[in-house]
Amino acid sequence: MTAPGGSMPTYLGMPSFPAAARTAVADSQLRANLTHATRTIRAKRAGAVAELSDWEELRQAAKAIKDHTLAHLDTYLLRLEANVTRAGGHVHWAVGADEANAIVAGLVRAAGANGIVKVKSMATQETGLNEALAADGIGALETDLAELIVQLGHDRPSHILVPAIHRNRAEIREIFRRRMPGAPAGLTDEPAALAAAARAHLRQAFLSAQVGVSGANFAIAETGSLVVVESEGNGRMCVTLPRTLISVVGIEKILPSWRDLEVFLALLPRSSTAERMNPYTSTWTGVTPGDGPEDFHLVLLDNGRTSALADRTGRQALRCIRCSACLNVCPVYERVGGHAYGSPYPGPIGAIISPQLRGVTSPADASLPYASTLCGACYEVCPVAINIPEALVHLRAKVVDAKREKNFSPERAVFSLSGRVLRSPRLLAAAQRAAAASGRLVFRSGRIRRLPPPLAGWTETRDAPVPPPESFRAWWSRTRGGSGPPERAGPRS
Amino acid sequence: MSGTARDQILARIRAANRAVGLTDGGPDGAASGPRAEGYADADADADAAYAALARRYLRAHHDAAAHDIAALFAERAADYRAVVERVPESGLAPAAARVLATRVAAAPGPVLAPAGLPAGWLAELAAEITLARDEPPLSAAELDRAAGVVTGCAVAVAETGTIILDHGPGASGQGRRALTLVPDFHLVIVREDQVAADLAEAFARLDPARPHTLISGPSATSDIELIRVEGVHGPRTLHILLAGRDRGYARTR
Repeated sequence: MTAPGGSMPTYLGMPSFPAAARTAVADSQLRANLTHATRTIRAKRAGAVAELSDWEELRQAAKAIKDHTLAHLDTYLLRLEANVTRAGGHVHWAVGADEANAIVAGLVRAAGANGIVKVKSMATQETGLNEALAADGIGALETDLAELIVQLGHDRPSHILVPAIHRNRAEIREIFRRRMPGAPAGLTDEPAALAAAARAHLRQAFLSAQVGVSGANFAIAETGSLVVVESEGNGRMCVTLPRTLISVVGIEKILPSWRDLEVFLALLPRSSTAERMNPYTSTWTGVTPGDGPEDFHLVLLDNGRTSALADRTGRQALRCIRCSACLNVCPVYERVGGHAYGSPYPGPIGAIISPQLRGVTSPADASLPYASTLCGACYEVCPVAINIPEALVHLRAKVVDAKREKNFSPERAVFSLSGRVLRSPRLLAAAQRAAAASGRLVFRSGRIRRLPPPLAGWTETRDAPVPPPESFRAWWSRTRGGSGPPERAGPRS
Repeated sequence: MSGTARDQILARIRAANRAVGLTDGGPDGAASGPRAEGYADADADADAAYAALARRYLRAHHDAAAHDIAALFAERAADYRAVVERVPESGLAPAAARVLATRVAAAPGPVLAPAGLPAGWLAELAAEITLARDEPPLSAAELDRAAGVVTGCAVAVAETGTIILDHGPGASGQGRRALTLVPDFHLVIVREDQVAADLAEAFARLDPARPHTLISGPSATSDIELIRVEGVHGPRTLHILLAGRDRGYARTR
């Protein structure tokens, strides 16, 4: 396949993951906030999952349904289009982010509006819709509490489900006090008080909104129904009260039939917020006279998804239902937070989605497949059984392939030399003797802590034991594993 | 770039699935060229493969034959801070009257009563409670001034403590979606025979063509430190009256 067709907002001066991570790890407040939040949710998720004795069967069914859907994606998209249209909706197709944003901007203008209310959507984060609309003079108001915190704080989201996970309650109170018009004077940092402030702040905007913009968690091909899963009620407001509703949905969000919700609504809330069910889920099919929007538009977004689809190993990332369980269990995410991933999709799933949607040409995207210890905790909790470690290793190979033709790499030189040495018993024995001798001379502390350039990169984040005085092979040839005749000094030969 | 976005995306999907050996033509796509739109067998192929998918999960996690499903629903709905009361059907009108009187005393305003709401449910309301009908449709601002709303539901789900509204025009009295969204207080009346054991049964009872709202407890958020807090944009109080023919009811009759 050629270069992916995808694009996402490139965050200003986006550094590669190791550079961004170094800054994040040094921020002790950030680490404290992340540790607290991820540990809380991990324990609760485990409890919610343990309650269902057939969790693994649900997970395998979800995987099978998603894989099946991807294998017949063209058929199901056409079916969805036909059923949405039959129910009075309009379907648009967008190859890339700019195209999707232009479609939305055109629809907002056609509705005679200069602002929209938005329910949190990963697809519109991905396309940078808010920024694109702002350039067109259209204001976008984020209504999800965490998105509101991010928007008021001129900040970036750092988690798929809880974009303001990097902020604690005291920081949120400060943001509200400074930036929220009409914030109550005596606002405390009680979560309930902060939520009440957001309710009061957004109420008028909801009641007078002309255009709502949403994503969708699921789109049902069989019926043309869209499904939005949420907690606060801002999603219900956005999909119910405005006259015009525009939903921007990735082409992989499709499910074949209505009954599939019995699987995915069992898996998603428990994986995501550790609840048996989230407070609110809305479904709608086209337009319903006398109830809700009179004008409904579905924008189907590719933006690089078909590139991922063409990759036998990478395509499993398209099963993702954006629950964020993998973020919450990841030892890397827990320490660095979401911003270091330089993408709307952080964490383990982000490390396999972003490089596939955007390609591995930028240093930031080329570094993401390495942002993992490959411990496998993400795979274990994934409700659609995405083998994230497998995909990471696969993408690392792609990154290496992409670099192969480039300049001299010390790492490649070392591995190519190692290859030659390991193939020859004679060279290996010589190398082991040399290592044992030099190790004792050079590294007196018993650890190798710092190598000189060009090998310094390797020891920057690792140390290694000094080679033992005698290798196993040397010991074996001297003693025959201790089972032979009693040890005698000196070589036998 | 050629063709419409739609054509391009569909072509890329077909090329991708061929590239990994997943087309209607079998492994490696040997038997098929690019699939034309409206390809006669594509729908049938997809449907046959879909029907063959393994579904080894449980249809219900609590068997209605062995468990008191209504009690499970009451317990699970209460877990998420809905106020749940079980009442015999004959006690429904007095209970509704009591709940609404308390609400209106705390937050004065009219109570919304959608069309189709069984008249008997509100037969014993105190005279000072004003009922508002949604005919002609009330503005969003008017909905915002209501003390609360009282509705029935389409289905309830015991396993998850969920009520499902289909906003249907029928005798369940649920009203359009905005009626149960804008007011800050929602009284919902659930009949025991509306309680399904689990999601599979509940979804099978619904008509996908209708709009639906699944409600599990009052509005909430986990956005601050991943701690669940009740009360953001939807109704901050969800009061459920679960009406059934329990033993107490049989005796009093």
